[in-house]
Amino acid sequence: MMLGAGEWSALGLSLVIAARAVAFGLPIAVAIGWVMARKHFPGRTLLDAMMHASLILPPVVVGFLLLLLFGAQGPVGRLLARFDIQLVFTSAGASLAAGVMAFPLMLRAARQAIEAVDPALEAVAAGLGAGFWDRTLSITLPLAAPGLVAAAIIGFAATLGEFGAVITFAANIPGETQTLALAIYSALQVPGGEAAALRLSAVSFTAAIAALVLSEMLLAYGRRRAGR
Amino acid sequence: MLTVAIRKQLGSFALDIAFAGPGDGVTALFGPSGAGKSATLAAIGGTGRPDAGHISLNGEVLVDIAGGVNVPAERRRIGWVYQDARLFPHMPVRANLLYGFRRARGRRRIAVDDVVAVLAIGHLLDRRVAALSGGERQRVALGRALLSQPDLLLLDEPLAALDEARKAEILGFIARLKAEFRLPMVYVTHSMAEVRAIADHMVRLDQGRVVADHAIAGGGIDPATVGADSVEALVVGSDEQRGTTEVEVDGRRFAVPLLASAPGDRIRIAVVKPGTSD
Repeated sequence: MMLGAGEWSALGLSLVIAARAVAFGLPIAVAIGWVMARKHFPGRTLLDAMMHASLILPPVVVGFLLLLLFGAQGPVGRLLARFDIQLVFTSAGASLAAGVMAFPLMLRAARQAIEAVDPALEAVAAGLGAGFWDRTLSITLPLAAPGLVAAAIIGFAATLGEFGAVITFAANIPGETQTLALAIYSALQVPGGEAAALRLSAVSFTAAIAALVLSEMLLAYGRRRAGR
Repeated sequence: MLTVAIRKQLGSFALDIAFAGPGDGVTALFGPSGAGKSATLAAIGGTGRPDAGHISLNGEVLVDIAGGVNVPAERRRIGWVYQDARLFPHMPVRANLLYGFRRARGRRRIAVDDVVAVLAIGHLLDRRVAALSGGERQRVALGRALLSQPDLLLLDEPLAALDEARKAEILGFIARLKAEFRLPMVYVTHSMAEVRAIADHMVRLDQGRVVADHAIAGGGIDPATVGADSVEALVVGSDEQRGTTEVEVDGRRFAVPLLASAPGDRIRIAVVKPGTSD
């Protein structure tokens, strides 16, 4: 199967945008997932619901809300402009929009991975002289690692396919924000573009299936290692 | 010297206890389930904050609720051994053993080789935790706690998850640790046989209160000093409910405090004058 230069560019851009979204999103997902798994506090259910909002909102609404926040006139956008950072219509903005959409999936997987770690083992580590960060790094995260890698893969796959929020917030600019999904959409807008759309769809399909199989294998490995 | 005086309300259950354990030897916390043994241990170890009271170890205050002191578990230098060994599943035996040791720089006095030798775990060091038997796990857990260089060892029903043969074996290892490393221990159990076999001091709990607190006569006898003033006896059988073992000497049978020996075992019974046992 031969891909044209524009199609390679869309694939490469998709991978970069997805990787950046996961690199920024996963640490946040792990931190909030830890709080959700280990702490009980008032407003926990509300926080949980808010974290999952992008799962049920139409993607175009999420993109619009991001525009309101991060746009040139938005409160965060104005702040970032002082540091010469612009997100709207840039590939960084595409990562933000796609990452926000994929965040609930990463959070859910990260939280489950941390919940699967027996808190009694953390207490044992404390009794052996390990402080909070020490036992988090030596016990909690290593035991949760396969689940966290699975969270990254799920997040990566979901980011790769994100459409509505990206096109609303970052637009559809070839070489800058045109990801696979947007390239497929563009191909379908031109007469005779079905062949290109089909090729790009096959690429998307392969990447998604590979990611899901890999994450299932890692989760199974993690369960075996935790002795469950 | 461990001194404990704490109160804690857990639902409708009220824990209100005070006792002092000797600076050396084994203090048994003995009582039925629900007597408050685990809550007491959690307060000493630093995983459960009492509502009121204080705990100190060798003069160092660990808990003083009125004074706003509750030293976190990781700074108490108290080793724990649980009934389920709770080894770290993602580390081999060696890394488990050394987990606390590595974090005790500057105050190491118990050497790895000594612990490995006393517990006979040298051949297990490179094994995966999942490949160990129940008794082996418990030996590694004992070694791990000991190597964290604790000032006090808490043993929370360390034999409860083991079969009878393993119970005797691990009890033997704990007795060796007690003799070798001179470390005070708090031993939680609901088995009088274990109290008799290992403890020097017993604190009996019931429904959140201390109902008895005394030294155990004979518990402190050093086996090496048992010589001429002893008689050989044959173990006939034990009654764990009554806490007695029937033995036979010269064809006469009588009951002694419960022993961990099996019927048919030949044992020596020390003859001591009251007041000379320690």
